Amino acid sequence: MEKRVVFRQTFLPYLLLAPQVLVTLVFFFWPASQALYQSVLREDAFGLSSEFIWFENFSALFAEAEYLHSLEVTALFSLAVATTAMTIALYLAVQADRVIHGAMVYKTLLIWPYAVAPAVAGVLWMFLFNPSMGIVVFALRAVGYDWNHALNGHQAMALVTVSAAWKQISYNFLFFLAGMQAIPKSLIEAAAIDGARPARRFWTIVFPLLAPTTFFLLVMNVVYAFFDTFGIIHQVTEGGPAGATNILVYKVFHDGFLGLDLGGSAAQSVVLMAIVILLTVFQFQYIERKVHY
Amino acid sequence: MAEIRFNKVYKAYGNNEVIHGVDWHIRDGEFVVIVGPSGCGKSTLLRMVAGLEVITSGEIFIGDRLVNDLEPAERDIAMVFQNYALYPHMSVFKNMAYGLKIRGLPKQEIEQRVQKAADILEIGDYLKRSPRQLSGGQRQRVAMGRAIVRQPSVFLFDEPLSNLDAKLRVQMRLEIKKLQEELGITSVYVTHDQIEAMTLGHRLMVLKDGYVEQLGTPIELYERPATSFVAGFIGSPAMSFLDAEIGEDGRQVVFEGGDRLAIAGRLSLDAGSRVTVGLRPEHLVRTEEEADSLHIKVRVVEHLGADTLIHGDFGPGKADLTIRMDGIEQIRTGETLRIKAAPEHIHIFDPETGGRID
Repeated sequence: MEKRVVFRQTFLPYLLLAPQVLVTLVFFFWPASQALYQSVLREDAFGLSSEFIWFENFSALFAEAEYLHSLEVTALFSLAVATTAMTIALYLAVQADRVIHGAMVYKTLLIWPYAVAPAVAGVLWMFLFNPSMGIVVFALRAVGYDWNHALNGHQAMALVTVSAAWKQISYNFLFFLAGMQAIPKSLIEAAAIDGARPARRFWTIVFPLLAPTTFFLLVMNVVYAFFDTFGIIHQVTEGGPAGATNILVYKVFHDGFLGLDLGGSAAQSVVLMAIVILLTVFQFQYIERKVHY
Repeated sequence: MAEIRFNKVYKAYGNNEVIHGVDWHIRDGEFVVIVGPSGCGKSTLLRMVAGLEVITSGEIFIGDRLVNDLEPAERDIAMVFQNYALYPHMSVFKNMAYGLKIRGLPKQEIEQRVQKAADILEIGDYLKRSPRQLSGGQRQRVAMGRAIVRQPSVFLFDEPLSNLDAKLRVQMRLEIKKLQEELGITSVYVTHDQIEAMTLGHRLMVLKDGYVEQLGTPIELYERPATSFVAGFIGSPAMSFLDAEIGEDGRQVVFEGGDRLAIAGRLSLDAGSRVTVGLRPEHLVRTEEEADSLHIKVRVVEHLGADTLIHGDFGPGKADLTIRMDGIEQIRTGETLRIKAAPEHIHIFDPETGGRID
């Protein structure tokens, strides 16, 4: 059954759409088109002159070892963030789904981190892990583990991963919990009568039925790790040490605003744009076709 | 194969007691129906047998085993749910094989059993389909198939037909009955539909607000309802209830307005005691005699083809009274009819407790 309102004249619908369209045009299409344009230009550092150079920025980009390294770092980082955030969120959702008394309290507390701005989350974790005064570092040192993410690239990566995942757990938790509550109780009961123990029920019934949610979250988490973690990286490691946490979106900022290579930075933005478009298309295609009941 | 015994079974949620002591012995191979209006606790009782609800106090035995503390999986039961509860991400075959796989049966035997169950239920062609590609009736069959392949000692049915349309419900009702007779597996069936209950059950339990109103065969419940609730619940169209007093000699009931009916035997109640008289629509017949008859003013006439239902007002209080007559009767609204009932078909209840008075 389709129910829709049909407007007789076209003026009102366009008027109603106008604010959103304007915002999209000014803040999305205009910068995007600028990025596309700039990516084929070479501009001097003072912005006084520019030269049209076709795709030289792109070929330079993919010849640059640093950029390829950044790609690698980003892939690793986003995968680590998505896996960590989703695994923990799923575990918490399973536990919260079983809680009967005070469920609202747990849920509310678990959702709070989502309200924290990335930069603030970064500062929080930075203080906890500050090599000279962080309380966690103090504890680690007490058990004989030396922590200094300013020098150790692996530790730096671990720290930004944890910081970024921590914030995303809330978001994933909400979706997993909603997904689980949408599974009819009788399915679980039928499985129990069929002889499946809780662990088996989870893996053979609940988890497969969560597949659409899981897949949606996977894409959302990867997108988050790609783009929204800028604040965290900026606060915690500034992409270092030695580019160990220099993810693509941070490199765009670094090369463009600090390195003043506007053309190269724009080219990087275009690559990122392509990636997000691919992810979105992939998500729609796959969700529509496969993971749906 | 197993019998089921309920021994003083209670269920409470916190301080709210919902099942107030059920004692019952279901014999091996018997098909029993728990029937009652929604919220009477019938599903709760079934779910306690299944192990999906904790038994607050009392004991339930399946066969010789006390099952109070056993997991659903250990009770050797199979259940058909109202919404079928088919696993949506599995094919029909996998749905039916799931329980067998968990029990670690060899692949070959799983296939044989599923195939056999599918043949019985005529769903062999759908084994590769997913549940969402099936109609309601087909899903119902798959749910039954999933129960059969397990070869349990007890079948539990939780209102399995209530999501089907009327025609399919009648058809599936017959099939369930036939299947149960063939397999001979002890079955407990929960429904709010008294026709399902009457047609399916060897014996019925009528439940109301968590109390057992009556246990018995469908005929017993129909002929000698223990309470006015059972009397009104069993039988369609429902029994009519009229206020009356016991006559001087205790051998008749006197209605407001002066009409009287002779009753079977003699009641030990004082003359003038208030009673509720129950009359089934199918037991009322037209009469020409003035004595032992009721005067009814016809309000609505319904022609069903096979029979005619007459809804009338009786006495000064205009109490509702339904009469069923065979075939097509030409009766007009507003007409006054004289009707009577055979003494053995007059049910008398206590107006306070609802209990039967003989």
